[in-house]
Amino acid sequence: MLQTHEISPEQIEREKLYQGMGLTDSEFEMVKRILGRLPNFTETGIFSVMWSEHCSYKTSKPLLKKFPTKAPHVLQGPGEGAGIIDIGDNQAVVFKIESHNHPSAVEPYQGAATGVGGIIRDVFSMGARPIALMNSLRFGNLTTDRVKYLFSEVVNGIAGYGNCVGIPTVGGEVQFDDSYEDNPLVNAMCIGLINHDDIQKGIAAGIGNTVIYAGAPTGRDGIHGATFASDDLAEDAAKDRPAVQVGDPFMEKLLIEACLEVIHSDALVGMQDMGAAGLTSSASEMASKAGTGLEMNLDLVPQREQNMTAYELMLSESQERMLLVVKKGREQEIIDVFERYGLQAVAVGQVIEEKVFRIKQHGDVQAEIPVDALAEEAPVYYLPSQEATYFQEFQKIGNKALNVDNHSEVLKRLLQQPTIASKEWVYDQYDSMVQTNTVMGPGSDAAVVRIKGTNKALAITTDCNSRYIYLDPETGGKIAVAEAARNIVCSGARPLGLTDGLNFGNPTNPEVFWQMEKSVEGMSQACEALATPVISGNVSLYNQSKGKAIFPTPIVGMVGLHESLEHITPSFFQHIGDVIYVIGETKPEFGGSELQNLLEGTYQGKAPEINLEVEAKRQAQLLEAIQQGLVASAHDLAEGGLGVALAECLFFDTTLGADIQVEGDATVALFSETQSRFLVSVKREHQEAFEHLVEDAREVGLVTGDSQLTIRGNQGDILTEKVEELHNLWKGAIPCLLK
Amino acid sequence: MKFAVIVFPGSNCDRDMYHAVKGVLGEEADLVWYQNSNLENYDGILLPGGFSYGDYLRSGAVAATSDVMNQVREQAAKGKPVLGVCNGFQILTESGLLPGALMRNRKLSFMCHQEELVVENNQTIFTSGYAKGEVVRYPIAHGEGNYFCDAETLADLKKNNQIVFTYKNNPNGSTYDIAGITNKEGNVLGMMPHPERAVEALLGSYDGLKLFQSIVKNWRESYYVANA
Repeated sequence: MLQTHEISPEQIEREKLYQGMGLTDSEFEMVKRILGRLPNFTETGIFSVMWSEHCSYKTSKPLLKKFPTKAPHVLQGPGEGAGIIDIGDNQAVVFKIESHNHPSAVEPYQGAATGVGGIIRDVFSMGARPIALMNSLRFGNLTTDRVKYLFSEVVNGIAGYGNCVGIPTVGGEVQFDDSYEDNPLVNAMCIGLINHDDIQKGIAAGIGNTVIYAGAPTGRDGIHGATFASDDLAEDAAKDRPAVQVGDPFMEKLLIEACLEVIHSDALVGMQDMGAAGLTSSASEMASKAGTGLEMNLDLVPQREQNMTAYELMLSESQERMLLVVKKGREQEIIDVFERYGLQAVAVGQVIEEKVFRIKQHGDVQAEIPVDALAEEAPVYYLPSQEATYFQEFQKIGNKALNVDNHSEVLKRLLQQPTIASKEWVYDQYDSMVQTNTVMGPGSDAAVVRIKGTNKALAITTDCNSRYIYLDPETGGKIAVAEAARNIVCSGARPLGLTDGLNFGNPTNPEVFWQMEKSVEGMSQACEALATPVISGNVSLYNQSKGKAIFPTPIVGMVGLHESLEHITPSFFQHIGDVIYVIGETKPEFGGSELQNLLEGTYQGKAPEINLEVEAKRQAQLLEAIQQGLVASAHDLAEGGLGVALAECLFFDTTLGADIQVEGDATVALFSETQSRFLVSVKREHQEAFEHLVEDAREVGLVTGDSQLTIRGNQGDILTEKVEELHNLWKGAIPCLLK
Repeated sequence: MKFAVIVFPGSNCDRDMYHAVKGVLGEEADLVWYQNSNLENYDGILLPGGFSYGDYLRSGAVAATSDVMNQVREQAAKGKPVLGVCNGFQILTESGLLPGALMRNRKLSFMCHQEELVVENNQTIFTSGYAKGEVVRYPIAHGEGNYFCDAETLADLKKNNQIVFTYKNNPNGSTYDIAGITNKEGNVLGMMPHPERAVEALLGSYDGLKLFQSIVKNWRESYYVANA
């Protein structure tokens, strides 16, 4: 280990050692100004992690302000561990998404596992019981051994952690594209349930109150993890493996139970998990929020290794640790709860009046920093933005028609595209049913989790079609939010709000910043139009390697409410004789489509258009029809268009078939990815009422019992395929690619 | 009937088991923390699934050495019904209450889905509500559910009718497709599939309900006989 204590403040300045920790020259000057002196080694480290993009959002803050975050039902917007939305009956839902991309690129199992662990702590630190996990993953195409390894190990890591802590992984999405080859995306979302009176905040209030450290001892893992996550992935990134943390889900499970017990004690003042930048961020943020200061004695911090320096202790990102503030004199009550679960909990400091963050070790002050300097006064950058050069080019290309001769063959190939193919290989490894609330698990448009003791359920989805966002960030941003809401509505729920997981390349590239800016604008407009405020989120930048950025990928994690269990609607066809409808017209739109990728091996041209008024109207009408009990099944039309959606609607019960009549050009009808469309089946007796309610619905055929998908056009039959055969191709594609 | 649901550090199906017997069946039940427990006053003992002690050493191995398992052994010797599901089954084999061992799944990965089971023996206090040969759907969710025993033990299991459930399509490589077995006396059942996850139609299957109903019915009958 580096003998850090021997490095003097002068040497840090002279040799610009702060640069290696992630601070720029001007930021170092700010630090000097704030302190009125040179920072020592520990202080330099503390500033560099707290001012990293990961902790401070210094480049994304100006953009995040654009998101609508308020609504009467929002109890807690962005800023705390997770956002909170009221769902009535004194209950609320708590959720947030978080990325763990860089660690997963280097050490996929632990990177993914600790990503899950971190987001769970964000939720239970609010006082909520975690009831579901979701994830959103992106990998390169499954053609190289490295990508296959990253894919399998990420899934393995998510399973290893989520299964053990006993929170069901109820759904998610996985997409594949070359742009993620060296820089996979691993975004995990956790959803919790809470009673209004149990809501906790991460505050260090009450001068003289005691700061308690609980959970796993601190080791040397994950030092500078936040800084690592705030830079491009270097080609020699493997050397950064020490910046990756190691998770222990067993410890987390005990921590959940202990923390959810102490929230009922009035001795507890505040609680926060130690996530990115560990002890440093949790302590300084808790003090900053309360308008207090905090003094900590590192000699008292439980340590896993010997001779740890103040720098190491403050910057370690060891997992499964919590910081609590407890009323003075009542520490033992809290400590007893943790001890019953076999967990360490020790007093390590106190809340002080002076608004400074003071760290002592071996009797000396190792760091003394004004609290707000770390949490509130981080620099904010307004980076230059420039329209990407490809954008005008793509706009000029416009909507190029694509021609397909053999529609059967193309449908079969599309069903085997890994992005479209069955993800059963993935989700079979996740315990999706523990806690016995999962009404609809992985493989549905949205997952549905009932709330015990009520007649309600939650619908949850994660979504982002990054190809559209790459082609046209503003339109693509609108589509990402709209598609998530479509999934929620199809399941029969009303969308409540969302958490955003913004994954982009290096923001100092003006074209990347333009992608960020435009997609946030598009998302914000859709949030307004669909009444889905953003209540929490995460920003992951510098997702690029070898100078090439990933596709802009702002993932939307959305939650909706079923006001009655009766409203829960499957996404698969249900009964022979039901009438099949497509809601919304179909235009020739292939830009960013799966068909374009299949035929041309690239994404170009215009993204599909979206009219948010039309979107909102159709969603409202479909939801109304579902709530009136008129709809047997509902599925949104997404990647691969109507052809793929029809096949998917038959894969749950392969004894069913469908006989479909389409109009106009068969390629457009089957594979165009025009937005704001739904595929719905309706019982005959409800036909009239349904048509009356849903203006843009057009009858296209019937559910049959012949186990075949038959599609007819104006000029005769387009295709007839056995459902079983399509199902086998779709189901077998990913296992086959992994062999 | 009053059930004890034993909770070890790392158990995670304890609340589901509790919900099944108390919330759905309407029987009495307590969540009993593994320390300082007294099982005397319970009529049946449920060992839930999860990852007791984080599966460290071997799944079920650490929990099997806890004091509460001595109490479970005592209560089992009195003939009280003991049901171990998933990690509970692993704890029962590790503690010697049931023969055999549970190894990693044939495919070496965790698996979670509905699986069809065949009721091989309906002459137990756990399965009397089913027909022999009945096919039922229960969820499975395990990484180490590959039941193994030697040929001699298998012959014993068959001879004594200890094989209660088999898989219709063996998912994990278990010997003789075994999904659940009892002890020789028939009052201790260990099984990998989760009956407590199959008690409500809303969640996809209620085939597990009959298992809990059988336990309660048989207890009532024996209680009636004993107190008549």
